[in-house]
Amino acid sequence: MMLSTKSAEASFVVQATEIWKSYEQGAIAVLNGVNLEARKSEAIALCGPSGCGKSTLLHLIGGLDQPTRGTVRVNGEPLGRGRDMVHFMRHEVGFIFQLHNLIPDLTMEENCLLPAVAAGANRTAALTRLQDLAERTGLKHRLKHRIQKLSGGERQRTAICRALMNRPGILLADEPTGSLDEKTSSAVFKLLLDLSHTEGLTLLMATHDRGLAASCDRVLEMHDGRIRTDC
Amino acid sequence: MIFLRLILVNLLRHKIRTFISIAGIAFSVAAMLTVVTVLEGAVGMFSSILSSGAELIVFERNVSDLFFSDVPPAARDDIAKWPMVSHADAVLFGVVSSADHPIITCFGVTAADARIRNATWLSGSAADFDRGANPVVLGERAAEFLGASTGKDVPIGHGVFHVIGVIRTRNGFEDGGVFMPLSTAQSFFHKEGSSVITIKLRNKEDAAAFKAQIHRRYPNLIALEDAEFSRSYSQFKILKATAWAVGGCGLALGGLGVANTMIMSVFTRIREIAILRVNGFANGQIAAIIFGESAIVAVAGAFSGLALGAIALYALKEVPALHGYVDVTIRPLLMLIVVVLALLTGVAGALYPAAYAMRIKPVEALRFE
Repeated sequence: MMLSTKSAEASFVVQATEIWKSYEQGAIAVLNGVNLEARKSEAIALCGPSGCGKSTLLHLIGGLDQPTRGTVRVNGEPLGRGRDMVHFMRHEVGFIFQLHNLIPDLTMEENCLLPAVAAGANRTAALTRLQDLAERTGLKHRLKHRIQKLSGGERQRTAICRALMNRPGILLADEPTGSLDEKTSSAVFKLLLDLSHTEGLTLLMATHDRGLAASCDRVLEMHDGRIRTDC
Repeated sequence: MIFLRLILVNLLRHKIRTFISIAGIAFSVAAMLTVVTVLEGAVGMFSSILSSGAELIVFERNVSDLFFSDVPPAARDDIAKWPMVSHADAVLFGVVSSADHPIITCFGVTAADARIRNATWLSGSAADFDRGANPVVLGERAAEFLGASTGKDVPIGHGVFHVIGVIRTRNGFEDGGVFMPLSTAQSFFHKEGSSVITIKLRNKEDAAAFKAQIHRRYPNLIALEDAEFSRSYSQFKILKATAWAVGGCGLALGGLGVANTMIMSVFTRIREIAILRVNGFANGQIAAIIFGESAIVAVAGAFSGLALGAIALYALKEVPALHGYVDVTIRPLLMLIVVVLALLTGVAGALYPAAYAMRIKPVEALRFE
């Protein structure tokens, strides 16, 4: 029995157990005992109204914040003290945000190379990887262009390229299509799913768009800081 | 390369702010360079007035100023006979006044003194130096501002002196002074001896032996080598300390400017720093970007300041009133010290901003879209 539990735990890339998160010394409760498991290459959509805790949960899984109570394990090891969080951010997880969060004065290429620069990666290898990602996202002709010159969809595709530069195992996307029109949303979302699939990524995505969410392997409904339904 | 771009991008994004910071450091460096060079030059000149090519200066121990030093004539006569001594010239320094010029330096010297021997005589002759009644030789600038020329009488202090010549020296202080035979000066200043005795040795290596002999034979006198005198003379020390203090204050102000710029730089891109953190930038890398920015500002400011300072010094040299007073020899060591100080100031100015940037929590910075 013990062995089988351990083996089940090992198969989860992400395992969040009894996660509580509150601010202002408990006055503002955001997450109230969330449990979530994600397997390798699984695409999970987190749905729910604004303020239900979707983004907070992604931040905790990505190591950007720490839970008030509970444990987040990634690849079997808990996040927090004792774990090299800089290495974790560089190599194990990639982020995509609603507002792209790109550096406007840099070119698309420079923005995408940031994670490689942070990790001290070989420049030639990083450029080869970027060429590949740019080709797959249809942005090869935009590599030398500044971010200000790119459209909303192109910016979000740039953010996807950047998130995948160091080949992370987990991709956390917080409303990645929230700022895009319907047509572009659909294209970006499809690209995100395709890339996750081909790269073997575990995708956790917060979204309001239930139509797009339905394309994921699982949809988790969040409400008042709890996961209500897992379908 | 991208790391450098990250450093430059913010400086170029706020060009005016960057320019003002660089200008702040540049003016500080220029001020420090100019003040220190001018004052060190002045000290050097003053020092050369005292020694005038000699290797050692003998004066009364424990006097607060050389004007108050009184070396007995017997001591000079005795020292001049020591085998290791080539020349021993008594010099009396005094301050005299004329109608429009309350302070004129007066040198009481013998005809054998290097000042008289080595000067360019514009009129008159060194051979006549100690002939006649109340003779005086004027420095070129002194002749100018006293409106006197050779053959005329000039009122100085309570006396009237006969101008027997006008000389040009390479030293601004001397050019603005008057030279009297030692006996005339002693009588004018009511002194029996002299302020100093300048010593030229037969062999420079005898300096230590000479000093020891002075200490033994004349415990109330002290002999110092030229450089030693410049270092230890309290007036010079005060001047040098003042120069460095003024320059240091300028640099500190420049540093505050850099600190202000860097604080603004961090505060206005908290979100951008958060993005870098999310993309795997470690604290050290974030700090390196901030320090890199301040280092570029400091280096650009330092080199602009060196150029500005050099221009200012050459401009000062060309001012007629300062002819002979400003020595514009910029020492490489001083340039290095100023550049290093500017860099340190830049780094110090970035300490708090860098520490602040390292404390930025991405989740808080990114929460506000």
